[in-house]
Amino acid sequence: MPMIEMSSVNKWYDDFQVLKDCSTQVAKGEVVVVCGPSGSGKSTLIKTVNGLEPFQEGTITVDEISVGDPATDLPRLRARIGMVFQNFELFPHLSIMENIKLAQLKVLNRTDDESAKRGMELLDRVGLVDQADKFPAQLSGGQQQRVAIARGLAMDPIAMLFDEPTSALDPEMINEVLDVMTALAEDGMTMMVVTHEMGFARRVAHRVIFMDEGRIEEDCTKDDFFGTARGERAQEFLSKILTH
Amino acid sequence: MFENFDFEIIVTSIPFLIEGMGLTLLLTVLAIVGGLALGTVLALCRLAPYRWLSLFAGSYVNFFRSMPLILVIFWFYFLVPFIVGRPVGGFYSVLVAFIMFEAAYYCEIMRAGIQSVRQGQVHAGQALGLTYRQNMRYIVLPQAFRAMIPILLTQAIILFQDTSLVYVVGLRDFLVAADIVANRDNRLMEMFLTVALVYFVMCLAGQLGIRKIQKKFATG
Repeated sequence: MPMIEMSSVNKWYDDFQVLKDCSTQVAKGEVVVVCGPSGSGKSTLIKTVNGLEPFQEGTITVDEISVGDPATDLPRLRARIGMVFQNFELFPHLSIMENIKLAQLKVLNRTDDESAKRGMELLDRVGLVDQADKFPAQLSGGQQQRVAIARGLAMDPIAMLFDEPTSALDPEMINEVLDVMTALAEDGMTMMVVTHEMGFARRVAHRVIFMDEGRIEEDCTKDDFFGTARGERAQEFLSKILTH
Repeated sequence: MFENFDFEIIVTSIPFLIEGMGLTLLLTVLAIVGGLALGTVLALCRLAPYRWLSLFAGSYVNFFRSMPLILVIFWFYFLVPFIVGRPVGGFYSVLVAFIMFEAAYYCEIMRAGIQSVRQGQVHAGQALGLTYRQNMRYIVLPQAFRAMIPILLTQAIILFQDTSLVYVVGLRDFLVAADIVANRDNRLMEMFLTVALVYFVMCLAGQLGIRKIQKKFATG
């Protein structure tokens, strides 16, 4: 069974269809990069996986639990899926450590000591132990995004979703975030990553999905995608972002 | 104009005036606390996904915001004893009136504050598995409150002034206390100038305090 499976997902905002018959799957331990021009629906697609964006037709299952089923306990399912956002979305009124502890305490019912211990392990992993008592606004964008990754990992998720994790960052901070993500992938984490970082896709991804106008136009292995076997739209997109 | 100005009457009536100010402040503080609590509940109703709840809260707010405060005070003066089934005294009926009235304004302030919290923050809380209630309590409301502190305090100053309307039900607040002395000793000028000065100084101090807080939040 795939870890994440989507079949024939359709989504509309009023009359405007943002997702058109999207089907794909992500196996356990697989890293899938989703790319495509802006407005192609890739961020919407990844947000349907944990139900942040509702969809009208089709099915999505994560670890065999249906996301769209009204009977599903969505908060409980979401607690098992980590998510990292374009704008980091650390909670500005909480310290770094409190950011990482909050959901462990309130959702997983861990003790304060357990959550702090797990928090420190993860801050160590992303290289930010010395920032634990600071507030988000005191950190650089790259540091904030690494904290956001640690916050997601603290829930011991079965999969991690990344929604353009580096596109709000200054260029010199992109690599520190990609390095953390690369290490995570090498550890065998199941990952779905919306990104324009084709270098990361080339190095880390197993598969690449290319979206255009709400449709999944390409869904193939990394080698196929960066080889020659791809459609006109994907080729056009790649030539645009790879030439500069 | 000031040749007959009698400072002594001001000094000797200070204890009496302080007693009145005590009632004014007590009423202000209790109305803020009650109004905030009820206003927060109303704001949550107004933003709730259930139509009937938001409709109810919306009607409540529109209703009270369309009524002169003095009318609301009058009503509750007659209504509260009727509902409770026994006389409750002016203080409690006025307190209920202020809480109900202020809640309508606090509701709108809270609603704006809650809506000022970015969607991304809500998503981040949801993505971590927080329930709607937990997300509100730990993520949204703390940020909303911070954003709203200046305007909440401004509303508190308005309320502080509005409490002077309790004269209509015969409560002895600061203004009424001064009025009593003024009429008893025929010292209208002295007493009403004092009252004006005290209100002015207290509200000005409040406003300066708000500005300081605003600056502190602006710099982070």
